[in-house]
Amino acid sequence: MPDTPYLLAAVAVSAAVTWALRALPFAALAPLRASSTVQYLSTRMPAGIMVILLVYCLRDLLLTETRALAPVIALAVTVGLHLWRRNALLSILGGTAVHVALASLVFTA
Amino acid sequence: MPIRTPVVGAPDRPVDPLPVATIPAPVAPPRAVTPPALSALKDSATVGLALVPLGLAFGVLVTQADLAWWWATAFSAFIYAGSFEFLLIGLVVAVAPLGTVALSAFLVNIRHVFYALSFPLHRVQGRTAKAYSTFALTDEAFALATGARARAWPGRRIVFLQLYMHLYWVGGATLGGLLGSLVPEGVTGLDFALTALFTVLALDAIRDRLHDLPTPALALLSAVIARVLTPSQMMLAACSLFAVALVVRHFASRHFAKRQPDDRLSADRRPADLIPADEMPAALVPADERPADLIPADDSPADRRSVERRPVDRARNPHA
Repeated sequence: MPDTPYLLAAVAVSAAVTWALRALPFAALAPLRASSTVQYLSTRMPAGIMVILLVYCLRDLLLTETRALAPVIALAVTVGLHLWRRNALLSILGGTAVHVALASLVFTA
Repeated sequence: MPIRTPVVGAPDRPVDPLPVATIPAPVAPPRAVTPPALSALKDSATVGLALVPLGLAFGVLVTQADLAWWWATAFSAFIYAGSFEFLLIGLVVAVAPLGTVALSAFLVNIRHVFYALSFPLHRVQGRTAKAYSTFALTDEAFALATGARARAWPGRRIVFLQLYMHLYWVGGATLGGLLGSLVPEGVTGLDFALTALFTVLALDAIRDRLHDLPTPALALLSAVIARVLTPSQMMLAACSLFAVALVVRHFASRHFAKRQPDDRLSADRRPADLIPADEMPAALVPADERPADLIPADDSPADRRSVERRPVDRARNPHA
């Protein structure tokens, strides 16, 4: 079991690394903001990074196992709900509820 | 004549301890009186509120890992990096060395380096506000602040939005930590809330740029290649591949555009120049819709352009 000093240190280290990665690039990139290449990147990165994060979440999906059906079906429900109602909260709650139901009751490991 | 959105022109007020009185616009249409704190509350109602169930899921996972409930609060308040916090539970339960924790934080969060390219920190005024804004620069804050709707948001509205999302996340996590023991044994899969959140953010970001489907396609390709070739450092590899692919595409389209006849250039420039950026619906503004080569060197993203062109707008619309 992790003790409190270790957990505090883990939180401090994680917070420092995360904040540094978020804050320092602004100083480094400030002189580049006028560059047309940076502007080209800046308008296109957001959509692409969200796609990468989605794939990252699904990185351990083993399509050969039936267990993978739970996230695949839940993903389809999330996408379907979002294209239908465009309500972020509804899509996330719906998709997660379907996943919890399937992973806990149907495709138990 | 379209009604100007006065919020666009309002100077950002600093959030730090020295508030500067803002001179109200002489003619203030009703939308001007909506304070940024209130607008941000409305902005946070969609994707932001989704952080509550996500935080709940995180809090439940913390207690399921046999950690005290308040670690859910501590993690979410001080680290505030959703996807990494889910990963961190597994690391600390295994009492991983702090060096491993630091390296994992670095590899999972390295994508934030790229956020500085698009996030409108230049609109946020004041050292404290800027510092907090970078601290709270999560994927969700980035997605909302760089979306088509956010092009005219002043800095204060963005910082308040970040603050609300931070509170939703901490509140959800704390509640999840407190209620976690009530969740029956065998209930799993709550972590899908994170996948669902990124699904929604990706769909919204793609819908903002339906004219530019090669971008999400390149990102998907980069992510799949990175997953296959470097599974342990997928995030870093995918973001780098994607950035390189975009740079190559930029120079390729520029090279290609140079072969186009010159008369296209003036014709393409005209609409954007005649309509002030802040009077167009945000979805119609994309400066990058035109071939890269046709964008003037000083053509910044719409948010800055709306500020830079203000004197011209004033000259054209003396009533504004």
